[in-house]
Amino acid sequence: MKIIVCIKRVIDYNVRVQINREGDGVVTDGVKMSVNPFDEIAVEEALRIRERGEAEEVIAVSVGTSQSQQQLRTALAMGADRAILIETDDDMQPLVVARVFQKLVEREKPGLVLMGKQAIDDDANQTGQMLAALWNRPQATSASKLELTGDSARATREVDAGLEVIEFDLPAVVTTDLRLNEPRFVKMPDIMKAKRKPMETIALSELSIDLPTQLAQSNYEPPPERQAGRIVDSVEELVAALREKGVV
Amino acid sequence: MTKVLLVAEHDGAQLNLATAKALSCATQIGETDVVVFCDGANAVCDAAAKLSGAQRILKVSRSENAKPLAAVFAPQIAEMAADYTHILVPSTTFGKDIQPRVAALLGAPQVSDIMSVEGPRKFKRPIYAGNVIVTIDVPEAAKVVGTVRTASFKAADGGASAEVVNVSVDTDLPTHTRYIALEAHASERPDLQSANRVVSGGRGVGSAENFALIYSLADKIGAAAGASRAAVDAGYVPNDMQVGQTGKIIAPDLYIAVGISGAIQHLTGIKDAGTIVAINKDGEAPIFGVADLGLVGDLFAIVPELEKQLG
Ligand SMILES: Cc1cc2nc3c(=O)[nH]c(=O)nc-3n(C[C@H](O)[C@H](O)[C@H](O)COP(=O)(O)OP(=O)(O)OC[C@H]3O[C@@H](n4cnc5c(N)ncnc54)[C@H](O)[C@@H]3O)c2cc1C
Ligand SMILES: Nc1ncnc2c1ncn2[C@@H]1O[C@H](COP(=O)(O)O)[C@@H](O)[C@H]1O
Repeated sequence: MKIIVCIKRVIDYNVRVQINREGDGVVTDGVKMSVNPFDEIAVEEALRIRERGEAEEVIAVSVGTSQSQQQLRTALAMGADRAILIETDDDMQPLVVARVFQKLVEREKPGLVLMGKQAIDDDANQTGQMLAALWNRPQATSASKLELTGDSARATREVDAGLEVIEFDLPAVVTTDLRLNEPRFVKMPDIMKAKRKPMETIALSELSIDLPTQLAQSNYEPPPERQAGRIVDSVEELVAALREKGVV
Repeated sequence: MTKVLLVAEHDGAQLNLATAKALSCATQIGETDVVVFCDGANAVCDAAAKLSGAQRILKVSRSENAKPLAAVFAPQIAEMAADYTHILVPSTTFGKDIQPRVAALLGAPQVSDIMSVEGPRKFKRPIYAGNVIVTIDVPEAAKVVGTVRTASFKAADGGASAEVVNVSVDTDLPTHTRYIALEAHASERPDLQSANRVVSGGRGVGSAENFALIYSLADKIGAAAGASRAAVDAGYVPNDMQVGQTGKIIAPDLYIAVGISGAIQHLTGIKDAGTIVAINKDGEAPIFGVADLGLVGDLFAIVPELEKQLG
């Protein structure tokens, strides 16, 4: 069985994001970029499945500019076998990305597609579900546990009410939640080894994707600021202030 | 003409409050029907019928709809979409699971986490963990498919009496996905997402046992109990208590953060709270930058004292 893992290049989660002067995007020049944290978890899960002997090959894929090669190299250094970059300089919204993945899935015929539950830049939480719909296959979103049992799988999903367990046939799309696993650290020799692993680049235009209508995004603005209030010196003062506000 | 279809969230017995909040968003856009996918669930339909603003309650009852499976609900919603310009669902784990599947079937882009309605096709939504708000225009060519950030809207009032209409949707449904179980952690406390008051604990609380302190204070003031991701990861509390970017986004009147540093991923979950109180031994903790009231000190001394004085 092959596993496809989807990797998005995003602004590192520790960076305080700045809106650009034109207000039509955020500042990315000189900003640290990383693998979307949920996608790192997806890579780790794929590797563990392969290491248990339940899959033969892990393929990391990304849709984005040529710079996304850096993040694909990270996935290769973690242990993925090969990588595919679908190269484009355009803004890629989830439905387009899902259509790209649909093409790749038709080509590679994986038993499992693992991806993050959300990208921490657009916070969309859409791509995995969209791919599952286009592919007409099951989905298990926000998975915190995944067990493969031959032709089917069982996932524990983190839902608002608690933990939901579903069972589904393979192939399927599984999106990761933070508690699925803890990604391994990449070691220096692995980074060197990753340089020799195959990385294929395909121009988006070569895939003849039916490009859907995209959303127009404008007027990037900061959220309303919350003002810092006051520091009180004692529990008495805190209780008095809460009473004054009428919240207790 | 604008016509909105809102998908209700429920557990078979009770309508989830998220539906009433999403309805307030929907009715700002246009005339709204609420659809209930269920197997029976009369009480849920009756509760939905009371919400003011809903035109009709469409009940789609069939055995496959007993449990919320995205792969099963989505084709039915897509089929019903023909009569509507807008399809909305609350941005809960239920809505997030289903709606992109609907969008893909309709070939429409999705607007996630609508926080305000600027026009029938114009919305604001948060990105980058709520650090940026962006304005979205949905092109005329596409249906508007969206999820509603419920913390941004007040629940629709009750007291109405909309008509409940039985609707049959004859779509082939997949059998490739099977619902097994829900492990809900039983709690007597108010629901985190709808509570007026919330007391949350972080890594600073130190252990599952120590969380008794948080629960005790919460019970004293009739609050729900929440947690940071660090507290969930450390195994102090179950996952459904997590507040933040990847947990629950909440807007209580009072939020008390105990032993929580205030990482942006946590703060994005509480930005709309009325009054934020922070208790932390580190005076430099970022949580104090957003707290209305802060108290620097050891939580193990402060929390019991606070509980006592609130008596
Ligand atoms: C993609 C991604 C998504 C995330 N999503 C979320 C999310 O949804 N929600 C979330 O919460 N986090 C989330 N995080 C994690 C977040 O970045 C922080 O790591 C987390 O919120 C820290 O939790 P904490 O404040 O409890 O722990 P810490 O940052 O370790 O803070 C503990 C605090 O307790 C205080 N303390 C310790 N002992 C005492 C004492 N005796 N008395 C008083 N104070 C004390 C300390 O001073 C410290 O400020 C996410 C991270 C990533 C990468
Ligand atoms: N451009 C992309 N390249 C690779 N993977 C992506 C891309 N966009 C989204 N994904 C995957 O889809 C997941 C959800 O993204 P989103 O729907 O944008 O929140 C991410 O965690 C990635 O695994």
